Amino acid sequence: MARTAQLLKGVATLPDISWPLVGRVFYRNFKVFMKTWKANIMFNFVEPVLYLWAMGFGLGVYVSKINGLSYIEFLAPGLIASSAMFSTCYEMTYDSFTRMNYHKTFHAMAATPVSMDDVLMGEIIYGTFKGMLYGTVFFMITFLFGLVKSPLALFVPVPLFLLTLCFSILCLIWVSIAPNYDFFGYFFTLFVSPMFLLSGIFFPVENLPAGIRFLPWLTPLYHAVEIIRPLVLGQVTGAVLVHLGWLAAFVALTLRLPLVMVKNRLVQ
Amino acid sequence: MSDNTGISGKKNKIIESRDLVKKFGDFEAVKGVSFSVFQGECFGLLGPNGAGKTSIVKMIYGFSPITSGEMQVFGEDISARARAIKTRIGVVPQEDNLDPELSVWDNLMVYAGYFRIKREQARERAGQVLDLMELTEKADTAVNDLSGGMKRRLTLGRALINEPELLILDEPTTGLDPYARHLLWQRLRRLKEAGTTMLLTTHYLEEAEQLCDRLLILDRGEILEEGSPADLVEIHVGREVLELGIGYEEIASLTEGAGDLVKDYHVLGDNVLLFTNRGQALSDLVAGNAEKMSITLFYRRLRPSNLEDVFLKLTGKTLEDIPQGPEGY
Ligand SMILES: Nc1ncnc2c1ncn2[C@@H]1O[C@H](COP(=O)(O)OP(=O)(O)O)[C@@H](O)[C@H]1O
Ligand SMILES: [Mg+2]
Repeated sequence: MARTAQLLKGVATLPDISWPLVGRVFYRNFKVFMKTWKANIMFNFVEPVLYLWAMGFGLGVYVSKINGLSYIEFLAPGLIASSAMFSTCYEMTYDSFTRMNYHKTFHAMAATPVSMDDVLMGEIIYGTFKGMLYGTVFFMITFLFGLVKSPLALFVPVPLFLLTLCFSILCLIWVSIAPNYDFFGYFFTLFVSPMFLLSGIFFPVENLPAGIRFLPWLTPLYHAVEIIRPLVLGQVTGAVLVHLGWLAAFVALTLRLPLVMVKNRLVQ
Repeated sequence: MSDNTGISGKKNKIIESRDLVKKFGDFEAVKGVSFSVFQGECFGLLGPNGAGKTSIVKMIYGFSPITSGEMQVFGEDISARARAIKTRIGVVPQEDNLDPELSVWDNLMVYAGYFRIKREQARERAGQVLDLMELTEKADTAVNDLSGGMKRRLTLGRALINEPELLILDEPTTGLDPYARHLLWQRLRRLKEAGTTMLLTTHYLEEAEQLCDRLLILDRGEILEEGSPADLVEIHVGREVLELGIGYEEIASLTEGAGDLVKDYHVLGDNVLLFTNRGQALSDLVAGNAEKMSITLFYRRLRPSNLEDVFLKLTGKTLEDIPQGPEGY
């Protein structure tokens, strides 16, 4: 209890943010990304492309139409969301933790006019950028497969932005309580993977047992999928606004948390 | 403190710490420390591991919140004005925290960005820094591929990118080999000559002696002494040290008739150190006594005293409570 209070100290105060310096923090990570992206890009892409190929073309043959769509048409928009989510999650757990604990990058920056809030906001924006980038590239792949049906798909970056922002926040909160790298294994096993499987990417959530049908509603991934799929397929309804609202509210309510929690962990 | 009042009127106070306390939970790491650092001087915090040096340093640059007391830097309260104050200081942290994936050059440019230095000016400054640190040839090398000494020089160079008025160095040479250490000392001396105010922590007494104009000796979060290295040596241990390879039970007989020749003494391992202002006279007397009493002196060495001796005297145990023997230090 005392530990929780300590971690949340200052949560009701305004953050000390200088946006130009947040930009410098982002730029630092971007610069490193430019050095290493060629080596890492495979790691992030192979998996969703494999899913698309194996599930869509392989398994899909045995699946009758879902909501009037071929299985691969149903699946592909969801994988845009999940590949963005995974990319943000890897970056904002293992890599942020490395920067914080081993490279001491946060300490280095906090010794300059950059504030700790700037550092963490820069991290969040970087995680968001990275997820959006990978999500967008996967979107291109689905486009090349001929699975994009509507020009409304040009709005896909909007839900991707909110989705990856949600996950940057969630991951950094996890980082603030993580004692070591193993701890991120739990994060992926307990949260990320179940979310991936049950958020309406592989099958409509209506097919879940009645008792747990509410669960996807609690996850950012489900709401992002429910926005991206109609955009890609050109079947937008008013429900999209509800999902957008859910994601925006989640961001607004949680954004302050990782800023104070990581800071309170580092600054003692 | 009193020895500074003469100059405090003329010289600017760059750092002023009053009754500074740092607690981690119930543990008090810094127990009410007061000191001032004046413009242009190199001020040292000397103490063993765990003395509280890093804790103090982190409060100076606003990283770590102050539990109680006051810390003013450039005449402003650090907790209220951290951003403004940090534009004017350079920090060399105890642990290297360079960007390992980036090149030497990019490390400097990225860091310059944190001070919002314009790109053109940053390039010029980075060039000068590489020159000063003799790293120009390494500009395109990734930091991961640098030697420990080069990393340390780059960390120092990086701290100079904003032309700081105050340079804070937390154990700048710990872990370096003697050659790399001397190279770094040369750079620091050059900076000092150029008028940069420095606050340096170290547990190397030689380093404090080489670089510091004034210093604090800290132990367990408390100030044991304050002064210039030379004064501290003079006051506490005299000019010379006679090292003798004898047991402490033989001291009394060997120094018989020495009177105030012996300022003080200390047992260090298998040796006894006699502190004195007149080394040769004492050495002769001890040799004479030894001969008279037919005690064999396995080891006798007269050397100039140094801060290490002061430190030993201030933190080590006195002769009376050394019945455990060799582990006295
Ligand atoms: N974050 C922390 N939490 C608890 N104790 C700490 C923390 N940082 C330092 N300490 C303790 O405070 C004391 C002083 O540490 P430090 O300032 O690092 O000393 P020095 O730099 O002189 O070696 C040590 O006993 C250390 O264990
Ligand atoms: Mg230290």
